[in-house]
Amino acid sequence: MNTVDTGPTIAVPTMSADDVARLRVTPTRVVRSEWRKTFSVRSTWITLGLAVLFLIGIGSAIAWSTANDWDSMRPRQKRRFDALASPMSGFYLSQLAIGVLAVLLVAGEYSGGMIRASLGAVPKRLPVLWAKLLVFCTVTLATTTPAAVATFFLAQSLLAEQGIDTTWDAPDVARSVIGVGLYLTVVAAFAIGLGAILRNVAGAIAALVGVLMVLPVVALALPDTWFDRVYKWLPSNAGQALMAFGSQGETLAPWHGFAVFCGYAAATLIVAAVLLRRRDA
Amino acid sequence: MIEARGLVKRYGDKTAVDDLSFDVKPGIVTGFLGPNGAGKSTTMRMIIGLDAPTRGTVTVNGRRYSEHRAPLHEVGALLEARAVHVGRSARNHLLSLAATTGIPTRRVDELLELVGLTEVATRRIGGFSLGMGQRLGIAAALLGDPGTLILDEPVNGLDPEGILWIRHLLKSLAREGRTVLVSSHLMSEMALTAEHLIVIGRGRLIADVPMAEFVDRASSDHVFVRSPQADRLRQLLTGPGVIVTSAAAGQLDVVGLTSDHIGDVAAANAIAVHELTPQQASLEEAFMALTRDAVEYHTTDSETR
Repeated sequence: MNTVDTGPTIAVPTMSADDVARLRVTPTRVVRSEWRKTFSVRSTWITLGLAVLFLIGIGSAIAWSTANDWDSMRPRQKRRFDALASPMSGFYLSQLAIGVLAVLLVAGEYSGGMIRASLGAVPKRLPVLWAKLLVFCTVTLATTTPAAVATFFLAQSLLAEQGIDTTWDAPDVARSVIGVGLYLTVVAAFAIGLGAILRNVAGAIAALVGVLMVLPVVALALPDTWFDRVYKWLPSNAGQALMAFGSQGETLAPWHGFAVFCGYAAATLIVAAVLLRRRDA
Repeated sequence: MIEARGLVKRYGDKTAVDDLSFDVKPGIVTGFLGPNGAGKSTTMRMIIGLDAPTRGTVTVNGRRYSEHRAPLHEVGALLEARAVHVGRSARNHLLSLAATTGIPTRRVDELLELVGLTEVATRRIGGFSLGMGQRLGIAAALLGDPGTLILDEPVNGLDPEGILWIRHLLKSLAREGRTVLVSSHLMSEMALTAEHLIVIGRGRLIADVPMAEFVDRASSDHVFVRSPQADRLRQLLTGPGVIVTSAAAGQLDVVGLTSDHIGDVAAANAIAVHELTPQQASLEEAFMALTRDAVEYHTTDSETR
């Protein structure tokens, strides 16, 4: 009994020997793949747009309204205004946009099953994580740094009408403005690590917000002796030491704090790498 | 060529795959058959390294999948669940995967054409029907022009036309000399596609046989005979180990002899035979008999992860 009918042949296109000879997974190619993945979903454009908009939009709104109201503002309000820090407040929301996008790019692959295709193509796995890290940190640095610089100059030109502006050469200014892009880049790295560890979008976003935004608020409830010891070491506070604004208490020295923040991100990524190697996908 | 040796996979205290050894040879379609929860998907995931075996090894062309320099050129896989990002277009999905290994853009477009998705290539995958999703999965599996294909329940959710297309595709791929392993929980589908069968139940190997042999085993030496001289034939056939019954005048039902033997006896005695039909238990029945003890969930349909 012949149960297997032969049927028509479907001509599957084959690759030329030349093309086949060139097939090989390389780090550069994995980066190229991640680059395409990053920019072929709408959420990337929307969230990156938001990150830039938060910086520039909030910064110029604050500068414009302050310049407008300056004459009627009370002395106490005037004293509280900081020509560098106040227009940079948007970074606080920007970090949320960047963090969420980083989580989506990693943990989002698990929710839809894309990770199985990704790791099937690159079964050594780690190159996928490093490529995501490289691509997204580069993208973050390259978009938020110009946005922060633009915010600064836009805000200062608005403040200049009242003569309450500061300059690029003033102490702390250049480091702080460039620091916004650096800080957000490390936020991206940290969020990529969290996304890879938790493999769940909602969980990773909650962890990110908890660590970067909620912990510093919770720490305010600590008694003073503990507060002084703990507060400056919290990840976001350490990282924000690079900018002369953000953190509400005593901070570490700028680059020292930033190095600590990088350390937190690196530790998170190492855990992520170990788990990625070990766990079933 | 896929070689599994002593594969074991445990999730906690649950054993999904239990000491599984088999070879999948090139040039033919090998059916990977088992009831839901038998461990088929887990085994396939171990082949491409998504799950690590608790013990044992599985290699493709002599090496672990992850050790090949161009894994997509070795094995193309279509796994049970969708492996896509719903917000990406079909073309970008394939281009992203192709980029990892240096597969040219031209090939992505050729494959979109092959699976009939050219028209919708730039649309979001989220809007695809189940059938379109399966076709995209097939295109992804073929991306690297792989020597081995593993497909987990590829006809699930397809319309009859799609099922036929996959069946022809699998056979075409095997005829080109590729190794093709295709899983199913439906014997009837396998019977039409596969030349070799690997049957598992509860993670264990139950049978590793050529389809023809499985079919033979399944048939129960049960031959229906219609003859105007039925009574005389009956006397000639009766012997040790042979049971002949008659449901109606001129009809015989013979157990214990092959149709060849009965025909020869009839011819030697110049008995006219109007019908001589080997009766087979259906393949589905044979499969169920074989795996009855190995069916883990009789009431639920859940697949072990």
